[in-house]
Amino acid sequence: MSMNEPVIKAENLTKRFGDFTAVDAISFEVYKGEIFGFLGANGAGKTTAMRMLCGLSTPSSGTARIAGFDVYRQTEQIKRNIGYMSQKFSLYEDLTVLENIRFFGGIYGLSNQQLKLKSDALIERLGLQPEAKKMVGELPLGWKQKLAFSVSILHEPTIVFLDEPTGGVDPVTRRQFWALIYEAASNGITVFVTTHYMDEAEYCNRISIMVDGRIAALGTPKELKIQLNESSMDGVFYQLARGAKNKD
Amino acid sequence: MRTIKFLLEKEFRQIFRNRAILLLIMVMPIMQLVILPLAADFEVKNINLSVVDHDHSPYSRQLISKITASGYFRLQGYQASMKEAYRFIEQDKADLALEIPSGFERNLIRENEQQLFIAVNAINGTKAGLGGAYLSSILRDFNQDIRMEWIPPMRLQPLPTIEVIPKNRFNPQLNYQFFMVPGILAILLTMVGGFLSALNIVKEKEIGTIEQINVTPIRKHHFILGKLIPFWILGNVVFTLGLVVSWIIYGIFPQGNIMAMYGFIWIYLLAVLGFGLLVSTYTDTQQQAMFVMFFFMMIFILMGGLFTSIDSMPGWAKWIAALNPVSYLVEVMRMIILKGSGWSAILPHLGILLAFGVVLNGWAIWNYRKTS
Repeated sequence: MSMNEPVIKAENLTKRFGDFTAVDAISFEVYKGEIFGFLGANGAGKTTAMRMLCGLSTPSSGTARIAGFDVYRQTEQIKRNIGYMSQKFSLYEDLTVLENIRFFGGIYGLSNQQLKLKSDALIERLGLQPEAKKMVGELPLGWKQKLAFSVSILHEPTIVFLDEPTGGVDPVTRRQFWALIYEAASNGITVFVTTHYMDEAEYCNRISIMVDGRIAALGTPKELKIQLNESSMDGVFYQLARGAKNKD
Repeated sequence: MRTIKFLLEKEFRQIFRNRAILLLIMVMPIMQLVILPLAADFEVKNINLSVVDHDHSPYSRQLISKITASGYFRLQGYQASMKEAYRFIEQDKADLALEIPSGFERNLIRENEQQLFIAVNAINGTKAGLGGAYLSSILRDFNQDIRMEWIPPMRLQPLPTIEVIPKNRFNPQLNYQFFMVPGILAILLTMVGGFLSALNIVKEKEIGTIEQINVTPIRKHHFILGKLIPFWILGNVVFTLGLVVSWIIYGIFPQGNIMAMYGFIWIYLLAVLGFGLLVSTYTDTQQQAMFVMFFFMMIFILMGGLFTSIDSMPGWAKWIAALNPVSYLVEVMRMIILKGSGWSAILPHLGILLAFGVVLNGWAIWNYRKTS
C-alpha cells in the first residue's frame, strides 16, 4: 500500500438540508488499496457523506476528489470508477443471479466475453452454481449481500463504497463477507465501508468515527485505542458517540 | 447502444416474468372493448311514461298509441290525475308524465288548437332531455297527421315548409358503436401506456434499485429510452389486439390508411409514455404516481371529446382539450376508422403530438436526476 496516493481526498465537505447540517466540514484522505472504516452512530451523517463521495448527492460546500475526479463537475467520471453497495439491497430480485451479473456488468461496458468469464468466476468463487438460475429474491440475505458486493466490483473499480454491507447478516456470513473485502483490497481496490460492528472496525486499516456530522477521530484502530485510553473499539466508539446530539 | 440493449433485455425479462400484469395488460382491454360499447350508449330507450288522459277520445287514444309505438317509451299506466302522476314520478316509476286535457279532441277540431302538458323527471338529465325532445317530435308529427285528416286536400294551402332530409355520412345508420368503439380503444391505449410507464421508474425508486442505477455511468437518455421502448412495443400490441377485436366483434375496420393509423399511434404512444415517465420522475412512490395519473386520466378522458363534443365546451376548456393528447387520438381514430382519412388529413395532429412527445420525453430526461 502506498500512502502517498490518495484516491479519496475530502476537504471541508459539507451537506446541509435546510437548517440541518448533516455533514459538517469533514476532511480526510483515503489511500489506494486501503480498507477505510467509516463509523458513527445512526444519524451521524455517514450515509449522506458517502452519497456525496459517490456523486449521488451534490455537496453544499467544501471539495472532494474521488479517483482524481471532482464531486461537483465530474460525477459521471466518478461513477465509472467506483462501485457502490447501498444499505437498501439493490440487485433486481425478479432477475436471476446470472441475469443480474449480466445486466450490471453490461451497463458498465464489459464485453460479452468478459461478462461470460467474470460471471463464471464470480459464481464459482461464491459457490452459487446451483443457484445461478434462481431469482435473486429467493436467496438468503447473506448470499444476496455477498452477491451484491461481488457485482459492485465486477467492473474492477478504483474504489468500492459499502454502506452497512453486513447489516442483519449472521456471524459466519459476515466473516465470509470480510474475506471477500480483503480479496478485493489485495487486488488493489480501495474499500470504503460503514459498519456498526466493532469487530469489523478492527479489520479496517484505518477508521474514522463521525459524531454529529463531524469526524471526531481518525486513525488506525490501535492508534484510536491508545489515544482514548480504551482497551476495545467498543469503548472508543462509546466514549465518542455518547456525546452526540443527533441520535435516533 | 450496447447499454440500451442491456436495459431492454432487463426490462423485457421483468415484464415477461410478471405474468399476472402481462395478462392484465392483454385481457383487460379486450374485455372492456367487448363489453363497454354494447352497454355504453347515448341513445335513450325505455323511457317510462305515465299518461293522464282526461279526454278519453279516439284522438287521445290515437296519440297514446302513436307514442308507445315509437319504441322509445314504455307506458307505465294511466293515472286519474296529475297529482297521481307526480307521485308516480316521485316514486321513480315514471320519467315523463303526459297530461291530455278534457276536450282535447273537441278543441282540436273546433278551435284548431289545443295544449298538452308534459312533466319531466330531470334527475337523470340525459334521459329527461332526450325523452322530452322525443315526445315533442312525436306530438309535432301527430299534429301534422291531423292537419292532413281535417283539411280537404284541395283546400290545403300550400304552406311554405322546409323539409330537411338528413343524410348521415360515414355512419349512415348512426350506429352508436362505430362512434364508441374507436373512442374506447383510444382510452384503453392511453390508460395502459400511461399507467405502465408512470409506475415503472417510481417502482425502482421504491425498491431502491434506482440508487444502484444512478451510481453507474448509465446515460440519462439511455435509461429513459430503456423504459420507453418496451412499453411502446407493448402499446402497439394492445392497439393491434384492439383493432382485431373491433373488427371481429363489431365489424369495424379502418376505412382509411392503416399505415397512417399506425404511424399516428407510434407518435401518440411516444407522447403518452413520455407523460407517464415524467410523472414517474416527479413522484417518490407508486401510490403518488397512481393518484397523479388518475387526476390527469380523468381530465384526459372526460375532456377528450369522446363523451362530449369539444366544440361545445367553453373557451378555457377548449385550451385544455388542445393540450390533451387523447383529444387528438379520438379525433384521428374517428377520421381514419370511420371517415377513411389518410396521411394528409392527420398531418397537423401528427405534428402536434410529435411536439408533445419531444417535450414530455425531454422533460422527463431533464427531470430524472442521477445526482440529488
